Amino acid sequence: MKHLLSTRDLTPGDAIRILDTAEEMAAVNDREVRKLPALRGRTVVNLFFEDSTRTRISFEAAAKRLSADVINFAAKGSSVSKGESLKDTAQTLEAIGADAVVIRHSAAGAPHRLAMTDWINAAVVNAGDGTHEHPTQALLDAFTLRRHLSKVAGTPSTGADLAGAHVVIVGDILHSRVARSNVWLLTTLGARVTLVAPPTLLPFGVEQWPCAVSYDLDEALADAPDAVMMLRVQAERMNASYFPSTAEYSRLWGLGDERFARFSEPELKDTVILHPGPMVRGLEISSVAADSDRSQVLRQVANGVSVRMAVLYLLMSAKESTR
Amino acid sequence: MTASNASPEAAPSYLLRGAALYGGERADLLIEAGRIAAVGAIAAPAGARVVDADGLVALPGLVDVHTHLREPGREDAETVETGSRAAALGGYTAVHAMANSNPVADTAGVVEQVHSLGRRAGWVDVRPVGAVTVGLAGEQLAEIGAMADSAARVRMFSDDGMCVHDPVLMRRALEYVKAFDGVVAQHAQEPRLTAGAQMNEGAVSAVLGLPGWPAVAEESIIARDVLLAQHVGSRLHVCHVSTAGSVEIIRWAKSRGINVTAEVTPHHLWLTDELVRSYDPVYKVNPPLRTQDDVEALRTALADGTIDVVGTDHAPHPSEHKECEWAQAAMGMTGLETALSVVQHTMVESGLLDWRAVARAMSEVPAHIGRAGDQGRPLAEGEPANLVLVDPAARWVVNPSVQATKGRNSPFAGRELPGRVVATFFRGHPTVLDGALNEPYPQPAVVTR
Repeated sequence: MKHLLSTRDLTPGDAIRILDTAEEMAAVNDREVRKLPALRGRTVVNLFFEDSTRTRISFEAAAKRLSADVINFAAKGSSVSKGESLKDTAQTLEAIGADAVVIRHSAAGAPHRLAMTDWINAAVVNAGDGTHEHPTQALLDAFTLRRHLSKVAGTPSTGADLAGAHVVIVGDILHSRVARSNVWLLTTLGARVTLVAPPTLLPFGVEQWPCAVSYDLDEALADAPDAVMMLRVQAERMNASYFPSTAEYSRLWGLGDERFARFSEPELKDTVILHPGPMVRGLEISSVAADSDRSQVLRQVANGVSVRMAVLYLLMSAKESTR
Repeated sequence: MTASNASPEAAPSYLLRGAALYGGERADLLIEAGRIAAVGAIAAPAGARVVDADGLVALPGLVDVHTHLREPGREDAETVETGSRAAALGGYTAVHAMANSNPVADTAGVVEQVHSLGRRAGWVDVRPVGAVTVGLAGEQLAEIGAMADSAARVRMFSDDGMCVHDPVLMRRALEYVKAFDGVVAQHAQEPRLTAGAQMNEGAVSAVLGLPGWPAVAEESIIARDVLLAQHVGSRLHVCHVSTAGSVEIIRWAKSRGINVTAEVTPHHLWLTDELVRSYDPVYKVNPPLRTQDDVEALRTALADGTIDVVGTDHAPHPSEHKECEWAQAAMGMTGLETALSVVQHTMVESGLLDWRAVARAMSEVPAHIGRAGDQGRPLAEGEPANLVLVDPAARWVVNPSVQATKGRNSPFAGRELPGRVVATFFRGHPTVLDGALNEPYPQPAVVTR
């Protein structure tokens, strides 16, 4: 594995290897000195064309805990905002000696372009590209879910896949890179996925995806899923007629207080809530649900660092061996 | 013709020995003074240059109904000179230069400039297409009459690149061009259904997360336009048809006797949206590459005549507009130097078309649609000597960096294609000989009317 561009490229073996490596990294994160010398002398560039403080600091923490040198390159205020092309930016980073580029971009496929052209040799990590994919988010979701399921079952998480698990993903699937990455990764790991959304927020052709699709959240909850992943819904979508009003959206597809009350039913007693953040409280999720003990949101953030450490470690050590 | 009268005796004559006319019967062709002087078994006259055409197919010179020459305004992408050189190398003797230049070809002045540049270049007939609306803005009719009466004698009008989406304006345009025996060539794209669209809407766009360009955005405009053409009794040409649904609508319209012609590009006859998985913008084009089902339907439609012509939609772009992110990249592909080979590969070698039908779809009907009088004529005695010799047995690998077009954005780069243009005769003069550019046709730049 030279790059991480899409979870579609991962075999079950690849995915489990990343998750198992992340378990080892998590152990480092629990130590008093949270640092490994693994990537000393290597340079990781966080190339962010889109604002995302959460993802950027997660990657930054991951690289630093592996002792890499980190350069944060925010496109705003740089030469990119003066019209520099992606090609020139990439060649500049190559000349500086970047070993890995973590790229966040509003254009789907921008990480692919970096990886597949001869502009740069560095390992490329997709940190979210347009409405395409966000592979490390899906990996941290899978990691969080795997740990939860292992805890419930009383079995070790290392080495496990997600066979038999059922995950419901709710919200704006059409515009969600998180949903795409999760559908491919979770199903690769053996989980069953159900997408729940208004029909306007499902991609054309979604019926060809390896998952179930429903317009009815209550029906999906009645199937006793192991996890419910709520996606952020941007209120602006209302203006483009994806749904009539935020109130109607919340009522039909939100995890409000009433719907969350069902989580006390016996068949949902072990069901957890995932959210990639940032949450829009009161729209797709109520504060009661978000702040409950079912919510894994902060665990997801913590696990994100371990998963990104694993990805950087695996990509950059693989690269070293080919040199 | 002022030009060809200048010095007919001085022009050398050519004897094309043993060409297969339209891929069939073999004959010699004698070219003298800009015309086909004789067809048959001919002894070489004194002084005639003999071209060995053994094994070559002779076709009337190709006519493109859809070319972007970029001049004036984007001379970094293409000029009339470079674009018409590419055309000659592709076997063309006439191209219709689309109006989306800068300034837009929406006045007699701009179309006369393009026409004049074409004559000065001398590689092919450059026939300017006039804009339907001022600035391609879709708000107000351009001076269609002035362009029709200009030295460029414009007969085809198109806002190509933009759709004439206002139904009233489209109706008026269809009606108005009747006064000049004109045709409206529509770029069928409902703008509201395609805002921000990046590729065909389908299974691939869903996975790639690129905003989709649904087939219905093309089909709904074509359906409306054929009904408008029927209502006002006018002539409609549909540019770059790309979907199976569009084919059905056009087939229906033709069965009702509606005066509509349709065009397909070489790339839509072959390539599909699966290529977009690479995110390489060389595959970004408008209308977008569709699915294999669409490709099959387009091939069938070209074979059965539902689609009348192949138009290249040759759209060169500077490399910086393609060496970037998909969403930022320009739409368009080069096509003049690969069109005939792609048609041979997709249509002739698949058994769907014979060379006779290729002549119809790439020369005769395009000339008729554009009212290019001395183009697309039969290979017969007394006819203008616009013709091409093709070696159908040749194989070559597309290398954009050695093409005559300035554009390096060929989606066929690296592919092996069949068929090579060996010679192109433009008004009796060889613009291409031995597969390479020869000399342009000598003629004055200034046209006297």
